[in-house]
Amino acid sequence: MIVIVDCGMGNLRSVQKGFERVGHAAAITDRPEDVNRAGRVVLPGVGAFGDAMVNLKAAGLIEPLRDSIASGRPFLGICVGLQLLFTESNEMGRHRGFGVLPGSVRRFPVGVRVPQIGWNQIRIQRQTPLLAGIPDRSFFYFVHSYYADPEVDTDRVATTDYALDYTSIAGRGAAYGIQFHPEKSQELGLRILKNFAERVC
Amino acid sequence: MLAKRIIPCLDVKNGRNVRGVKFSADRDAGDPVELARRYDEEGADELVFYDITASAERRDIVADLVRQVSEQVFIPFTVGGGVRTFEDICTIIEGGAEKASINSAAVRSPELITRGAGRFGTQAIVGSIDAVRRGESSGKPEWEVMIDGGRTATGRNALAWALELVDRGAGELVLNSIDADGTREGYDIELNRAVADLVDVPIVASGGSGGPEHMYQVLHEGKASAALAASIFHYRHYSIPEVKAYLASRGVCVRPRVRVDL
Repeated sequence: MIVIVDCGMGNLRSVQKGFERVGHAAAITDRPEDVNRAGRVVLPGVGAFGDAMVNLKAAGLIEPLRDSIASGRPFLGICVGLQLLFTESNEMGRHRGFGVLPGSVRRFPVGVRVPQIGWNQIRIQRQTPLLAGIPDRSFFYFVHSYYADPEVDTDRVATTDYALDYTSIAGRGAAYGIQFHPEKSQELGLRILKNFAERVC
Repeated sequence: MLAKRIIPCLDVKNGRNVRGVKFSADRDAGDPVELARRYDEEGADELVFYDITASAERRDIVADLVRQVSEQVFIPFTVGGGVRTFEDICTIIEGGAEKASINSAAVRSPELITRGAGRFGTQAIVGSIDAVRRGESSGKPEWEVMIDGGRTATGRNALAWALELVDRGAGELVLNSIDADGTREGYDIELNRAVADLVDVPIVASGGSGGPEHMYQVLHEGKASAALAASIFHYRHYSIPEVKAYLASRGVCVRPRVRVDL
């Protein structure tokens, strides 16, 4: 069973509909026991990093999410959900993340338009089941002002160029984070959701 | 590289398309969801629904439209038109749209922008400016902000208002030139460039598109991140693939429509 975790920020229906479109039911929940039982966990997020951590903590979800990832069950963080995997973020103060992947989350440098809004390309750094059937240089829909900077090179699954080459897909084992919105990236994005549901293990 | 965006705008009233659209006989010409699917299929990068419903059931009608679109179309979309209250913003974003576009209500109550961005993030709040040219000052053109669909003058300078919108948390600005709107003689390049040079957020150019060449001008010389158009797509003067092929031939980065097995 796929569980979509509600951290009280924004729209989860689109992600749920995306999974349905590729033949997989997904339940939206904010209950720790549902995360504990879930076979696959998806954590979408928009808005601020600190707010997301506060909401997850208040719902008692941080430990269940960490445990789920540590146990090797497939995990997919989307947008801020990718950023939360890292050690810390400096978005509006300094905030600790899950610490699953070493690295920090930073704002794009001065001189580019922020937020980055629109379709940008990924360069695949290493092949994973998540990207089965996805051509290198494919376009996906991005909306963000901060990016994650992993310390461990092998955690970089794909990169994207926006003022600098940053990590647009991070991953280790069965835990992945993607900075763009697969649920809003037409068929290529839906294919990633399908891969997560069927191939990541 | 970040692609320049091509955005068809759908004018909607009471849940139906306002403009006449020539469809093949088996399609419902008035159904905005059907039109959205067509644009999605052609490779539109985003969609904007401009709602002009005036009735008391407005919010329910908009909620229903947002729900249907988000179930069937997997590209980003924005809802604008009569966004007046924080509850309107919630209806739009929680229903599955990426962005709510706020125009007259932002002038009347600017804290709406702040509150919307505080709740959903700056990327969810679009500041929409209707601007009209008002002469020049020290050799540079000036624009005044108009509201209520261009009927009410505000006395505000459009560039100053653009800065305030961004300061308050608008993550993107739509610049609609009232002078150019409906003329099909081209966007107001100077307006877009002046605002793009002033603020860091992306600019969406609107009003005046007669075809791909105008889009090239505003994306290149006007420094806009996206070009929005209504009638040229509605009336099929140009298709989205034609526009993108032209832009690509002039060296503009655009997103190709790619099909993969699902």
